[in-house]
Amino acid sequence: MSTTTATTYETVIGLEVHAQLATRSKMFCGCPTTFGAPPNSQTCPICQGMPGTLPVINRRAVEFAVRTALAFECRVNAGCRFARKHYYYPDMPKNFQISQYEEPLAEDGSLDIDLPDGSRRIRIQRLHLEEDVGKLVHEGDFADAQSSLVDYNRSGLPLMETVSHPDLRSAEEAAAYLRAFRAVLLFLGVCDGNMEEGSLRCDANVSLRPRGATTLGTKVEIKNLNSFRNVQRALEYEVVRQARALDAGERIVQETRLFDPDRGATRSMRSKEYAHDYRYFPEPDLVPLQLEAGWVAGIRAGLPELPRAQRQRFVSQYGLPAYDAGILTQSRALAQYYEGAARGHANPKAISNWVMSELLRELGGDDEAAIARSPISPAHLAQLVSLIDDGTISGKIAKDVFARMLGSGEDPATIVRREGLTQVADTGALQALVDQAIAANPKAVADFRSGKTVAAKALVGQVMKASGGKANPAMVDRLLQEKLSRS
Amino acid sequence: MEPHATIHELTAAFAKGTASPVAVTEGYLARIGALDDKVGAYLTVTRDQALATARASEARYRAGAPLSPLDGAPLAIKDVFCTAGVRTTCGSKILETFVPPYDATIVARLRKAGAVLLGKTNMDEFAMGSSTEHSAFKLTRNPWDLARVPGGSSGGSAAAVAGGLAAGGFGTDTGGSVRQPAAFCGVIGFKPTYGRVSRYGLIAFASSLDHVAPFALDILDTALLLGAVAGHDPLDATSVDATVPDYAAALGAGVKGLRVGVPDEYFGAGLDPEIDRAVRAAVDVLRDLGAKVEPVSLPTTSYGVATYYVVAPAEASSNLARYDGVKYGLRVAGKDLIDMVSRTRAAGFGPEVKRRIMLGTYALSAGYHDAYYGQAQKVRTLVRQDFEKAFARVDVLAAPTTPGVAFRHGEKADPLAMYMNDVYTIPASMTGLPAVSVPCGFSATGLPIGLQLIGRTLDESTLLRAAHAYEQATPWRERHPSLA
Repeated sequence: MSTTTATTYETVIGLEVHAQLATRSKMFCGCPTTFGAPPNSQTCPICQGMPGTLPVINRRAVEFAVRTALAFECRVNAGCRFARKHYYYPDMPKNFQISQYEEPLAEDGSLDIDLPDGSRRIRIQRLHLEEDVGKLVHEGDFADAQSSLVDYNRSGLPLMETVSHPDLRSAEEAAAYLRAFRAVLLFLGVCDGNMEEGSLRCDANVSLRPRGATTLGTKVEIKNLNSFRNVQRALEYEVVRQARALDAGERIVQETRLFDPDRGATRSMRSKEYAHDYRYFPEPDLVPLQLEAGWVAGIRAGLPELPRAQRQRFVSQYGLPAYDAGILTQSRALAQYYEGAARGHANPKAISNWVMSELLRELGGDDEAAIARSPISPAHLAQLVSLIDDGTISGKIAKDVFARMLGSGEDPATIVRREGLTQVADTGALQALVDQAIAANPKAVADFRSGKTVAAKALVGQVMKASGGKANPAMVDRLLQEKLSRS
Repeated sequence: MEPHATIHELTAAFAKGTASPVAVTEGYLARIGALDDKVGAYLTVTRDQALATARASEARYRAGAPLSPLDGAPLAIKDVFCTAGVRTTCGSKILETFVPPYDATIVARLRKAGAVLLGKTNMDEFAMGSSTEHSAFKLTRNPWDLARVPGGSSGGSAAAVAGGLAAGGFGTDTGGSVRQPAAFCGVIGFKPTYGRVSRYGLIAFASSLDHVAPFALDILDTALLLGAVAGHDPLDATSVDATVPDYAAALGAGVKGLRVGVPDEYFGAGLDPEIDRAVRAAVDVLRDLGAKVEPVSLPTTSYGVATYYVVAPAEASSNLARYDGVKYGLRVAGKDLIDMVSRTRAAGFGPEVKRRIMLGTYALSAGYHDAYYGQAQKVRTLVRQDFEKAFARVDVLAAPTTPGVAFRHGEKADPLAMYMNDVYTIPASMTGLPAVSVPCGFSATGLPIGLQLIGRTLDESTLLRAAHAYEQATPWRERHPSLA
């Protein structure tokens, strides 16, 4: 970002996040929601928009939306309504989308985000339910495709749209908001949070204004932000683009822009003059949705501990750095895994290290499915750390044991016993190896004695190598120091 | 059997073994073959399916186990209802080739009751019209006078039942589309309470106004047809979850003490004096039968047509957006997507449908939504309050069904003149109240006249009871048109 941008303008960002709710069936029909099924195999007359068909509200989707709204401390409206939003596009079989407009499910909530310079409360304007559209597959490039095919598998999937107030002040804050948002959804179990598969999608409204100004500048909407990285890149690009335009005395055009991840740039999709008139009106095929207070109260009572509270607890209860706590609470499944291993353990920080550096790399994700796939149980990981801590195995051996645990799912003690990986802590056996190392490396010995204490490291390495990695490194070091200083 | 035998007469004969469902179905099919060129009631005759159903019905009667009082009853179904495997056009070119993979709920319920579906009947395109002249496919003629319209939009089913080409039938009533053709064709047309019968599989015109409604030759048949299709449907979120009474059992209790209101506003300028006389005479019959008659006022009546022609086109413009050539029905190739959609809709929709799509699109557009659609919904609430006030004093309202008798083809070329035909039927559509048209006499020219009775929400039983008492006290149902 140019220095003028940072000093002259204030960035104002609001995010609209579309989350696909993890229900078994679609928003208004009974079709399954499995990702990646053969085209049009998960459709019925209703989600294909056939004549005469009618929508019926998925109760579970409403429950998920209420759960999320309560987690964001929104006011859940006692009554809400669905509305039809009209525009023509072949991926939308009825040529209108059933959404919510004037009477959304919930309003006025907030999400606290943690930033390097402290935490900030981002206000949430509204949260509502709607149905997803299908997907177009073009034969060839969009511009010159001879034909296009439509896959309605996604048509009618339940979406929850959450609109923030324009409270975000930088691309980094926007990315932090999105991360915190995703973590809440994963904790609530209402969305799988998979951005690559489109389960979580984000549009951003961005404007700049002179620092100190209280009115908002002309906003630009950016679509197609399908990863945390792209949200940040797109917004960084857009902020610079707008700042340059303003510096050059140009006016910002209210428009919708698309982010092109390959070029790392946004380009204009349509300007306000071509904006749709969606002709919203209340969906006459659905009666207004009345949410019974007792039902909502029951959902509130069942809310789990949310990521931010859990993060704070991890810091205080397990003595973890905020960074560790942040990563471990990205998903409820991961946090549960960590607690399963760390609860009652003497070295929760070491467990955190193993989870963050080894386990997450191997699992390739932190969502429920990835954690459920873990061959290593939390109890076994805790045992592994205990085996290191009590000197049974070295940290290096522990990595081998970890690899074997991944393969077989066995407990570490069994592996160590069977493979004979217990550290050699027998002074007699080690003494012999130390003597051999000293005898074989006169130069290192001389270097050490002439004051180059680092030379001892080479000797320790020799002993470790000779022991097949099983020697207790601390003991080797002690024996070497004794031997070298004595003679 | 007579060509105008009622369903209950037919099924009683089936049960006794004096008539056979197969022979009766064959008789209807033969009559359709011989006479429907004149009438034009049917768009599709499902001959093989009808005979197969009739054979199965016959076997059940032989085994002494009919499925319902409708088992073997030959019916005509408006082409607005989806029928699995049978072309369903909605009277439109845009759906000329559409074969639904599913049955409408009412079709499924009729099949389950053992009814024989003879075929799909003609209608105004997408149910938009009052004469069936807006069908994309053919003209339907009134069996009483082939130079006249049968009414609409459910003109095909009305003409089929009146002409003895079906023993009963179903249509849809959005602003009067069953009651008005029933009045024009001299049969019963019964619009139940909104939500009483599922709309699933009914190709939508105006969702908040569309009602499934039967045609019959008498009130007992009406009760049987309604009873077979009424009741909650999990596939229709607007269907009412309320017990369905035994409608037939409630008949015969008479109207002694029943309070009948006569709304002043339904007898004003524009009402054919012959109809005025016939309806007032019908009210006198009810009084003679023991009903207490009193005048009531429904001051918002005059706003009905204007309000309806905002709400119905608005919903229609939305419901009909799906016909774009992408998924089913007509597709006219274009140079790009928008061009294809435009060409398809230009070629697929007739002028009345286009007119209403334009009206509705305008009424919903930004800046006009509140002035038109929003305002219309408020007026709708006022109309509802009018009726609530009236029903605090009376049990049933009695009024004409239409301002005039069946008109000649082409006579109402001006859309507004056509729209005014629905002036007395629209209020019950907008309020969702149950209403029935019962034959109450004939004009000097021999054309049928309809008496409209309107009842309280979900109180179809009282309405049927009153209509039944009137019907039994008068000779009108004994007259039938001759098509020979």
